[in-house]
Amino acid sequence: MPEGQFKEGIVGGRLPADQYADNFSDLHPPLDHHEALVESDRCYFCYDAPCMNACPTSIDIPLFIRQISTGNPIGSAKTIFDQNILGGMCARVCPTETLCEEVCVREVAEGKPVQIGRLQRYATDVAMAENKQFYPRETATGKTIAVVGAGPAGLAAAHRLARHGHDVTILEARPKAGGLNEYGIAAYKSVDNFAQAEVDYVTAIGGIDIQNGKALGRDYQLSDLTRNYDAVFLGMGLGGVNALRADGEDAAGVTNAVEFIAELRQASDLSGLPVGRRVVVIGGGMTAIDAAVQSKLLGAEEVTICYRRGQEHMNASEFEQDLAAANGVTIRHWLQPKRVIAEGGKVSAIELEYTALNGDRLAGTGETLTLTADQVFKAIGQSFVPAALNGSGASIDLEAGRIKVDAEGRTSLAKVWAGGDCIFGGDDLTVSAVAQGRDAAESIHRSLTQG
Amino acid sequence: MADIRNNFVGIKSPNPFWLASAPPTDKAYNVVRAFKAGWGGVVWKTLGEEGPPVVNVNGPRYGAIWGADRRLLGLNNIELITDRDLQTNLREMKQVKMDWPDRALIASIMVPCVEESWKSILPLVEETGADGIELNFGCPHGMSERGMGAAVGQVPEYIEMVVRWCKQYTRMPVITKLTPNITDIRKPARAAHAGGTDAVSLINTINSITGVDLDSFAPMPTIDGKGSHGGYCGPAVKPIAMNMVAEIARDPETRGLPISGIGGITTWRDAAEFMALGAGNVQVCTAAMTYGFKIVQEMIAGLENWMDEKGHRSLDDVIGRATPNVTDWQYLNLNYVAKAHIDQDACIKCGRCHIACEDTSHQAITNMVDGVRHFEVIEAECVGCNLCVNVCPVDNCITMEPLAVGAMDQRTGKPVSPIYANWTTHPNNPMAKVAAE
Repeated sequence: MPEGQFKEGIVGGRLPADQYADNFSDLHPPLDHHEALVESDRCYFCYDAPCMNACPTSIDIPLFIRQISTGNPIGSAKTIFDQNILGGMCARVCPTETLCEEVCVREVAEGKPVQIGRLQRYATDVAMAENKQFYPRETATGKTIAVVGAGPAGLAAAHRLARHGHDVTILEARPKAGGLNEYGIAAYKSVDNFAQAEVDYVTAIGGIDIQNGKALGRDYQLSDLTRNYDAVFLGMGLGGVNALRADGEDAAGVTNAVEFIAELRQASDLSGLPVGRRVVVIGGGMTAIDAAVQSKLLGAEEVTICYRRGQEHMNASEFEQDLAAANGVTIRHWLQPKRVIAEGGKVSAIELEYTALNGDRLAGTGETLTLTADQVFKAIGQSFVPAALNGSGASIDLEAGRIKVDAEGRTSLAKVWAGGDCIFGGDDLTVSAVAQGRDAAESIHRSLTQG
Repeated sequence: MADIRNNFVGIKSPNPFWLASAPPTDKAYNVVRAFKAGWGGVVWKTLGEEGPPVVNVNGPRYGAIWGADRRLLGLNNIELITDRDLQTNLREMKQVKMDWPDRALIASIMVPCVEESWKSILPLVEETGADGIELNFGCPHGMSERGMGAAVGQVPEYIEMVVRWCKQYTRMPVITKLTPNITDIRKPARAAHAGGTDAVSLINTINSITGVDLDSFAPMPTIDGKGSHGGYCGPAVKPIAMNMVAEIARDPETRGLPISGIGGITTWRDAAEFMALGAGNVQVCTAAMTYGFKIVQEMIAGLENWMDEKGHRSLDDVIGRATPNVTDWQYLNLNYVAKAHIDQDACIKCGRCHIACEDTSHQAITNMVDGVRHFEVIEAECVGCNLCVNVCPVDNCITMEPLAVGAMDQRTGKPVSPIYANWTTHPNNPMAKVAAE
């Protein structure tokens, strides 16, 4: 009987029991006090710092790093939270290599940026460890606001609104708050149940009531919210997963990568989590990488990412691609799925077609390749599901399939704002969702108090 | 190959790097390790009178300040002279000198300011075969309260008197070590010179408090809740020391008096700078206390390489070469014009030059050009102050470029004059008119 990695099919327990903890430990372990001081000393305290301009939440990075270097991590944390109340999670999951650290002048000078993300984690960890709450709530306004979705956008909006003295109710469809921080981040990026700890930290300000299991369109309608609340913030993210549009897609063993990632994050015992022996992941973004790397870490023998364009087109950052390669994942380019081959209803292989760019148009070349696979993950993007919005009343304007908002996050409907992945024009990053939630909250606050 | 052998007031050593009188030279064990590492000489830790030795505190003796990455920039100490028995020191000195005849061994001495004390210790020291003596008139703490160290060094008459006794009672060369805790270093140097000293060495440490413990509200280093000023040394004091060396080197009354340069010397370059300003050799302590004795190897190789590159054959080609270029402010050429220039290829766009100039100087560096982050000198505003050069984290990225004679200074709208003109003749100087009349 083949054992462990060589077992056919989608099974658990591919690795020795004690290896799971190692495999899924912190990707970037926290800096200790000494490391934080050494690293913070590297910051040049730039004027109009490029890192700060690259941060979607505009955290004053030179200032918070200087505060670490002068022995004031609590003050440093406040500098971070002033702009980004989810600074702890962003420190863990931000693709810093394409944001602040990419433009760090020491990256320019030496190819070694200041490790801004890890320093941010250091400072926020210090403050969160002692549950240091920086923001007393302003005088109660008596205004109530409904927030749909307890993800990064919703939490950031709720915190800012609560701070301004409003009462916030968050309606969350899933059993836990946190959104993609809880359900959509690779396990090794957020260990020790950090997402929940952060939800607790954010809601400790008071005035935020999270109601779980409340799905828009199922349990209530948007019109209920606009009727019963002074304002509504929509931050429900993306509910749909793009289809492969390949024959045989419904064979057993073809799974949405986001579901796999969520299941993995919620698993209490990783050794029980089944994964294929030969896994193929279709896609080129962070989700593809997360699914591929975690498949490998669960003990899959072969994991291949197939992406229909070239390396330079991948949404996954170079760091993420390297991470995948270092974990033994093979990334193949210029391949699009054509047909899922099943035996007895279960996936046994996937047929892919080579692609090429004809001018700006991507087209199949006709040449095909078949990869043996007992599990296929679809990671070709998520989509917004507008149906839930349209249960009653006027429909909301969309743009390219997502909610259309103005610069302040206002939707086409009065009293309704939106932010995060569900709006058009974002970049599907946690940190951008936080910025949008925060800014929409300020807009709501202005409209409620100055209107 | 450059010859870096040193002859300082007749004391010969294979190189100009001596260890200063301090903890690293307290006993034979350390000194032998230093000689093995390559040091040219040592000034043995200061000897006191025969009898029960001094005692040190039993808590922290050192305090420090640090730069980035906790690089030690300045060190302070409240240690006293040797706390070992005089005879033990003398015995060890004699043995070490015998074993290491090619290295310089100098005895630092501090005894009460009475003739008899000096008269009695000098023969004992001479008997060890030491190459010379250094009079410790600098120690700023502990000993000065007892009328020794800086208490003598701050009174030129005492310096002259003690130097005279020493010259009278020993044939060994006398080096007088000066304290910087005075207003005009030339006064004690002149006094030592008048007393007949063979050389001066400087600087000793500077009165200092390196920090305050913000929990106990006590100065650091803290001994049972209290602290005392200590002697400050290390890289941070180098500029102060170099100025004092230059002051003595260019003082007409002491011109030619050999100087042993001390104060923050850490690299070959520091040593070369001291010697260029007039030091005949250098003494090192903090750098060794920070990194160990091995640093002398960098100093030796670095000095040799630089001398070879520049064609300096011996130390005499270097010593005092910069002294004539040290002058008073009033003689600086006011018609000399320089402008900062930023090498755009080297620039990493940190913007510190801009903000330093914008906030604190002359608004002469851009931060944005045509909507793009870009740092460039606005020559019409640049006064050539050099602040941008000093705050730039990249070596040689910003440089000061002199304007050629005849070139237009965009700030003043006038061409650069070929004529040397200083403040003494400047029309804005009220004293200039007096001189003209």
